[in-house]
Amino acid sequence: MTLSEFLNMGGYGFYVWTSYGIALVVLVANIVAPMKMRRKLLADLARRERRARKKQ
Amino acid sequence: MLVFFHKLASPKHFYRLAGIWIPWLAVICAGFMLTGLYQGLLVAPPDYQQGESYRIMFIHVPAAWMSMFVYVVMAGAGAIGLIWHMKLAEIVAISSAPIGASFTFLALVTGSIWGKPMWGTWWVWDARLTSELILLFLYLGVIALYNAVDDKRTAARATSILALVGVVNIPIIHYSVEWWNTLHQGPTVTKFDTPSIDIRMLIPLLLMAVAFKLFYAVVVLMRSRCEVLQRERNTQWVRELTGDS
Repeated sequence: MTLSEFLNMGGYGFYVWTSYGIALVVLVANIVAPMKMRRKLLADLARRERRARKKQ
Repeated sequence: MLVFFHKLASPKHFYRLAGIWIPWLAVICAGFMLTGLYQGLLVAPPDYQQGESYRIMFIHVPAAWMSMFVYVVMAGAGAIGLIWHMKLAEIVAISSAPIGASFTFLALVTGSIWGKPMWGTWWVWDARLTSELILLFLYLGVIALYNAVDDKRTAARATSILALVGVVNIPIIHYSVEWWNTLHQGPTVTKFDTPSIDIRMLIPLLLMAVAFKLFYAVVVLMRSRCEVLQRERNTQWVRELTGDS
């Protein structure tokens, strides 16, 4: 099987690869969202902690 | 064992343990997924009716299974939170909602893309498709309701009740292809007699299903850790944790 045959998927290449592409986007978004959330949360909490220490 | 569960239920221990589990689960998940993709795209033979297009199944079916599985986990965790006022269960329930919604979306979209070349249409209002769409709306309703209420414990109680009521939709989705005969095909794997599917297609399908389950485990732990930090932000252990960084 050649690469172009593989990509062509017996004529269904568009449908198959669009599906796999959307799946990839959904999976990556699921991983990235909590990572961003965590970074922001930790930054906020660290800032609050610094402020609290200054006041003491 | 009971001590283990009791410890696990405490947010502080959960936060630490989840931090250890996440990388391991992620590596195992990647292993299953890569093997599943290799088997599904390169080893499995073309379908005798659908040619190569059936390979969409290797994401469509695991995504659809997960859309229901995550919902049951969410409602179950919500019930535990309601009955025993267990904070961690509430957190797992609400952290599951966006993940379940994304799996439902994926199942609907890949189903639509598969339907176009096979059925000649992107969408039909048949029972399977409609009940799956209702599932997506249930997830979105849970997320919206949780965000609409300021007090997070009240919000968790309200969303748990909504999630529990919505459970009635799950058997409807599952049996819809048997109760109403329309375009969507019947089950080929979850039948009680031997599955009517080639073993070379079944193996990658099951590998992908396991990979999706592990993926959910990884993401729900990641989200729950954030939620724990957020809710426990005024406790000593979180202050110590964030003060160091």
